[in-house]
Amino acid sequence: MNSFFGIHIWRFLVLLLVQVGICNHINFMGYINPYIYIIFILLFPINNNRQVFLIVSFLLGMLIDIFSDSGGVHAAASLVLAYSRPLILKSSFGLMYDYQSVKFSHSDFGSLFTYVIIATILHHMVLFTLEVFNLSLILLILKKVVFSSIFTCILSLIILILFSKGKR
Amino acid sequence: MQQILNFVLKNKTFLLFLLLLSISLALTIQSHSYHRSKFVNSANNITGGIYGAFHSISQYFDLKQENEKLANENKRLRASLFNMRQNASNSKIDTIQRFNVYKAHVYKNSYTLSNNVLTLNKGKTDSIDEDFGVITTSGIVGIIDNVSNNYSTAISILSKKTRINAKLKKSNHIGSLVWDGKSPNYTLLKDVSKFANVAIGDTIVTGGQSSIFPKDIGIGTVAQLETDPGGDTYTINVKLFNDMTNLGTVYIVENLDRTEIFNLQKQSNE
Repeated sequence: MNSFFGIHIWRFLVLLLVQVGICNHINFMGYINPYIYIIFILLFPINNNRQVFLIVSFLLGMLIDIFSDSGGVHAAASLVLAYSRPLILKSSFGLMYDYQSVKFSHSDFGSLFTYVIIATILHHMVLFTLEVFNLSLILLILKKVVFSSIFTCILSLIILILFSKGKR
Repeated sequence: MQQILNFVLKNKTFLLFLLLLSISLALTIQSHSYHRSKFVNSANNITGGIYGAFHSISQYFDLKQENEKLANENKRLRASLFNMRQNASNSKIDTIQRFNVYKAHVYKNSYTLSNNVLTLNKGKTDSIDEDFGVITTSGIVGIIDNVSNNYSTAISILSKKTRINAKLKKSNHIGSLVWDGKSPNYTLLKDVSKFANVAIGDTIVTGGQSSIFPKDIGIGTVAQLETDPGGDTYTINVKLFNDMTNLGTVYIVENLDRTEIFNLQKQSNE
């Protein structure tokens, strides 16, 4: 139980530092950044208490906000993602989720791929809508969502696959 | 009462979601108005310390460029010093403005968001306060917004919150500098009178009407001209002198007469 919590605390801290120290400064093609901290929300244990999950996700987003001076946009996006995660899990893992037996390190690549993509797009949609905060700039928002989502998805999938190999 | 309690217990996840969502939305809305991002900002010891640790590594990567910039500035200052000695006898001083200048390192810089903020490594203990100007050797950068003991944050000119008074260097026609959020290399100078004789390539400098920046600090050059729908004013696309994507050392400028000017303006507004 102790090492189980330890893993999540370490993952929380490492992803936070990597996000604010490295990923926020990549600025590929001028404005494209990956937001890999959502891996923490994606990998949070499923059977756990949902209230704790919401609060922890909110806290992670808030800390990213404090580091990047962006008000509450990351907190809101993480919170929405955390709240709607059961739905995303259901649509991407199907029956496996119904039996409460999803193991991210043992699932097939297709399901994992869908899961990451849907979650990323949802998160980025909320994030950039609030960040730009001007619906007349919807094209700018969509451009940011699409390109950042591609970057985040590729990076997240690489990280997920690299770090799950050892546990098999 | 029993029913209300049951309702709360039954929907506690959803209610918690709504509560946290409204907190984050409130903070978001607050952050979009000037001088309101009081609670969530990176001017504190934890974020400052962590950014400092990253900075101590990353500063080595552009030492060469920083050196080059400093050498260029020294050259320019030395040239103006020699010329000033020659002209000192026949020049007259018309205004005396008093400014303090402090040096600071940029710990965090962003230019991809719609409101960009810099974190600097000087704070209250270095007598930095709100509304000081931030400049580099080539032009203006932003305005100090939040201050903690050892760190401060500055709103970049690449932000929709700032409106900075600026003018054409050759004809003194004024306008206000705003950012459209499109490119970190360009900003807009709005409301420039149609009587101004503007040409592509003209220099834009700070106007001296604001009590934040000294007069005649460089901003950029005219890249494109557009007549507004009303037909009386120009909107000018300004190419910035500063490379906002690569800021190392900046200067913080304090106008020592700021409170006096501010009080006077307040009196005449009443």
